[in-house]
Amino acid sequence: MPDVLTAPLVVEFPFTRSLGPVLSAFLTGLRERVVLGIRTHDGRVLVPPAEYDPDTGEELHALVRTAATGTVTTWAWNPAPRRGQPLATPFAWVLVRLDGADTALLHALDAPGPDAVRTGLRVRVRWAPRRTGAITDIACFEPCPPGTAPPAGPPVPHDGVFTDPVTTLTAPARLDYTYTPGRALGRHLDALAERRITGERCPSCRKVYVPPRGACPTCAVATREQVEVGPRGTVTTFCVVNIKARNAGNAALDVPYVYAHIALDGAGLALHGRIAGIPCDQVRMGLRVEPVWTEGARHPDHYRPTGEPDAAYDTYKELL
Amino acid sequence: MTGPSRPGPAAAREVAIVAFAQTRHRRATPELSEAEMLLPVLSEALDQAGLRPGEADFTCSGSSDYLAGRPFSFTMTLDTVGAWPPVAESHVEMDGAWALHEAWVKILTGEADTALVYAHGTSSSGDLRDVLTRQLDPYCTAPLWPDPVALAALQAQALIDAGETDEDALARIAARSRTAAEANPYAPLSGPVPAGDYVVRPLRAGDCPPVGDGAAAVVLAAGDTARRMRARPAWIRGMDHRVEPHALGVRDLTDSVSTRLAAERAGAFDAPVDTAELHAPFTSQEVVLRKALRLDDGVVVNPSGGPLAANPVMAAGLIRLGEAAARVHRGESDRALAHATSGPCLQQNLVAVLEGPERPARQERGPRS
Repeated sequence: MPDVLTAPLVVEFPFTRSLGPVLSAFLTGLRERVVLGIRTHDGRVLVPPAEYDPDTGEELHALVRTAATGTVTTWAWNPAPRRGQPLATPFAWVLVRLDGADTALLHALDAPGPDAVRTGLRVRVRWAPRRTGAITDIACFEPCPPGTAPPAGPPVPHDGVFTDPVTTLTAPARLDYTYTPGRALGRHLDALAERRITGERCPSCRKVYVPPRGACPTCAVATREQVEVGPRGTVTTFCVVNIKARNAGNAALDVPYVYAHIALDGAGLALHGRIAGIPCDQVRMGLRVEPVWTEGARHPDHYRPTGEPDAAYDTYKELL
Repeated sequence: MTGPSRPGPAAAREVAIVAFAQTRHRRATPELSEAEMLLPVLSEALDQAGLRPGEADFTCSGSSDYLAGRPFSFTMTLDTVGAWPPVAESHVEMDGAWALHEAWVKILTGEADTALVYAHGTSSSGDLRDVLTRQLDPYCTAPLWPDPVALAALQAQALIDAGETDEDALARIAARSRTAAEANPYAPLSGPVPAGDYVVRPLRAGDCPPVGDGAAAVVLAAGDTARRMRARPAWIRGMDHRVEPHALGVRDLTDSVSTRLAAERAGAFDAPVDTAELHAPFTSQEVVLRKALRLDDGVVVNPSGGPLAANPVMAAGLIRLGEAAARVHRGESDRALAHATSGPCLQQNLVAVLEGPERPARQERGPRS
């Protein structure tokens, strides 16, 4: 197999979510070391609380306070904790039915080993020292010391009112990927590193795709024939960017700048590129341009005017 | 029979799976883009049906951008279907089995006579155990990053506690599946596979599916069109899908109410099936499904090896329908059940019933027929 191009790709997205009244009360309660459930119309208590009865769909309002102790209903020993999980040392995943609840809550149980865990084990909440109004305000569960008695009586109604309630949840997430462009785009990128711009010709309709993606979307056949195009080309259309990008690869660029579609000579469609070396207000459709390569870069930095006469509209109108 | 009535009129259009193709699934495919992986599979499926690219009345795909971390990656795969000039097309951010369901409904309504359905997944681009945590409830579950093996292990322990299985029985499911896969050239994991260490106890490496990349495609066709394309079409006699509450602690993890209900609605219990292709990525989930679907020892379960032998995420459910259909095509099954799942611990389940023998007094309905 030839060398395969790869690059790290990190996707991070800090989702911000509105909580609504039920989850706001539940998560604010955790911040205050209070576990709230919700009572369904048939009398069951759900922890975590749900806005709607999972069986009937009825809207639920009757918050109740349950105990911070409960019973393991099932468990699984995790010998190798992963990033983001509640504990960094081996632990048990557990579903815990809190005393007073009829459903179980998923969390981690801190235990010395799998022999110390069983279904039916009595456990209690270990609160996180710093609490912000999140499920992780429960740091984990831990086994109840011997002799810990379950609380007497049923869960008590709670109005769900706290000072300074948490109303939104910011859930950061990061996923790490390895990007691989594939055969066709990989060949194109390899050629770019040699300052050649290549496309692939469809064996059926003869159109040249730049950059190539390995298939002709009209004919649905693989493209394999390599075709060198350009390096000169024609601006088919463009825009002037006036807002500076944030967190993007072009953050170092000053605005305004021109971003254009460029039909390289011999290509069957236009690619994207930045135009420089000419005032923004002089860029025009039909402008002839050529790539500018910078030392060490794997692709053209931008395109600049060649000084040739403009291309006639008829020569690129099919490539708009 | 006091069960729910099934959807659709008694003389609804007949729809069949007439073609099925899949990749040789592999741990990683770094040399291929998603479009490059799909193109040969689509060509093979269309060839089987005698269709040219772009000729199917409807195209529907299933995939998840989270697998490879590329937003709108499914639009790139449209390069492979002859989508220009524009075709009637749809996508589900789910396993391709649900894309097949959408295409089936499209044909039942009479808006299409033929449909191309495909699915693909490149799990190798990321870490599947991290990626799949992002499908969980974002308020109370996802912040804990519980991975799919952990959640399946909770279900497995619940089954063991209930006396419904034990680790030896789970190991036998793994061994049976991978022995069957020796006859499946597309499966990357076959033959003797050691049980291995616990990944998350009680599940060992052998109880877990291989992670990898792959794609699959099927062609659906209605009535006489199907009969022209395939000597023995796999007629879809019923199909339904149902979902469980999202909170794991609300569910009885030892049962699958949604599978049973989907099976009832699909007509699975109206007559015995001879074959079942079950989308049970973990050994313990086969225990749940066999009970929910009332499969006895006379039913051949996962003759392909199932997801324990080949598990390209987002395509593995569609492959169950394809494998079941292929057995009907070959005359190895007269009435097969295909099941697909999505989400943690069998959260959402789809059941289809496929038959080879024609039914008497068939009646076509629909604008094109």
